[in-house]
Amino acid sequence: MTDKDITLLHPKIFLPLWRRSPWVIIFSLITVLYLLFSINYFNFSFTQLLQGFGRMKPILRSMIVWNDFLSWNFNSIAIGMLQTLAMAFLGTIAASIISIPLGLMASRKVIESSLTRFIIRRFLDFIRGVDILIWALIFVRAFGLGPLSGVLAIFVADTGTLSKLYSEAADNADNKQIEGLVSSGSTKIATLRFGLMPQVMPIFISQSLYFFESNSRSAVILGIVGAGGIGLQLSERMKAQYWDQAFFIILLILIMVAIIDRLSRALREKFIGE
Amino acid sequence: MTKATAENHNKELNRLLNKRRLWNFFLAIIIIIGILLSSSVVDVDSSRLLNGLPRLGDYISQILPQLDSQSLFLNSQIEGSLSYWYFNLPKYIKLLFETFNMALLATILGSTFALLLSFLAARNTSPNSFLYYLVRRSLEFFRGVPEIIFAILFVWALGIGPIAGIIAMTLHTTGSLGKLFSEVHENSDNKTREALKASGGNWFSEMRFGLLPQVLPNLISYALLRFEINIRASTILGFVGAGGIGQELYLVINFNYYEEVSAIILMIILTVVSIDLFSEYLRKNIIEADND
Repeated sequence: MTDKDITLLHPKIFLPLWRRSPWVIIFSLITVLYLLFSINYFNFSFTQLLQGFGRMKPILRSMIVWNDFLSWNFNSIAIGMLQTLAMAFLGTIAASIISIPLGLMASRKVIESSLTRFIIRRFLDFIRGVDILIWALIFVRAFGLGPLSGVLAIFVADTGTLSKLYSEAADNADNKQIEGLVSSGSTKIATLRFGLMPQVMPIFISQSLYFFESNSRSAVILGIVGAGGIGLQLSERMKAQYWDQAFFIILLILIMVAIIDRLSRALREKFIGE
Repeated sequence: MTKATAENHNKELNRLLNKRRLWNFFLAIIIIIGILLSSSVVDVDSSRLLNGLPRLGDYISQILPQLDSQSLFLNSQIEGSLSYWYFNLPKYIKLLFETFNMALLATILGSTFALLLSFLAARNTSPNSFLYYLVRRSLEFFRGVPEIIFAILFVWALGIGPIAGIIAMTLHTTGSLGKLFSEVHENSDNKTREALKASGGNWFSEMRFGLLPQVLPNLISYALLRFEINIRASTILGFVGAGGIGQELYLVINFNYYEEVSAIILMIILTVVSIDLFSEYLRKNIIEADND
């Protein structure tokens, strides 16, 4: 077979690019036009950017050169880290507990009435549409500064997402066991307890562990609006331009998050066998 | 079945059940200890919680608009009308447009950088192990630091405005998409790349023709997911002065312009939900087109 034969066999593949996939060209053109538009829209100027990065030189230096390391307030940093962990833990536990009934009620396996389901689902959508930091700001208004507002923010924001994930897990559960129980005359509660829960419980636990992981990250930033934890220490130090201490805290956070990731992965593998 | 085997079965069942109960009991105790410890660390006392609840109720009723059914569609001078509640609508729309553009630009830039770096960060495509290690660790760093922390830093260096927010989100997006992209590469089929290598293709053409066509639908789907996340993030970056509608929201919450709080939050929810729906639709189509 010569080259020409191959070309004849697969004429489409050997077309020039613009005829083979015109969408690639159109899409790239749109992207380029959009980039040009946004340079204009945001008044993007490279000289300004370079100036700004020039200003960051001392920051980058002090991230590596730590002055008076021994005189830093390690006590408050340690308390902040502990608070962050505790906030994540409490928020996740509370959200997981309330998400079990909410998630089940939002599932079509449990509630037949589509109106109830619709209302609960839209309510969950509403909760999820508001970022956790906005919740934190609102709770700080009502409960004052401190970690309690952070716990509540995590609790509310997670309820929105966890309930949705729980309800999807329940939706995807196998019908056979439920039907078996119904056909042998079990009550509604018993059907849920022995037909549905054993199927979905491992998924629920694994999702909650995931959320504990991600909450230990988001609990970090809640301090920026005054909702306690290590974020408060971090943002205070950044505002006062103690960049070396700020960088130290960031490193601690990264290490903490990595440890929690490992632990939760190990737990998931041990108990759920994922 | 004889009686003896039935008894054996029962014994075995009971043994397993007891083992399980013991485990559950043990886990429950660990969780309770965790709750007690955490509560003492964060000072959750019930009186503060109970005192705060009515205040929360008050606050929510304050930020909700007082709409009057009689004057609902009258002009913005009259209290109780929709246009009185949304008198600042043109400003909100302008700010939401800025928020949207921040997220879109950061997603485009971030996924481009992530794509370039992901080939180096995937075990099966990385040209050498030193680069692999270096890129992996730096992606981890950019992923691990929340975008709002980066935003504080860039607001200090570049001044208040959306540019700081865009750079912050771009860095975070690069970190998280870079990891996801490289995992997609690692899970891809090696055969097409090997065929290209065997017929004398260089590293670039291996990636371009052997890898990219396989993974592109997945990459686009991840980038769209990230766009949804970035939309949410860009609504709050304004809290630290990094542009978008968050700046206005922070202001109205702190100055107690009550009705404007609910007006802005409602607009944010509508934007986020409609973009989620649109992106979900796109993702479904991309994945389905891929499966055909």
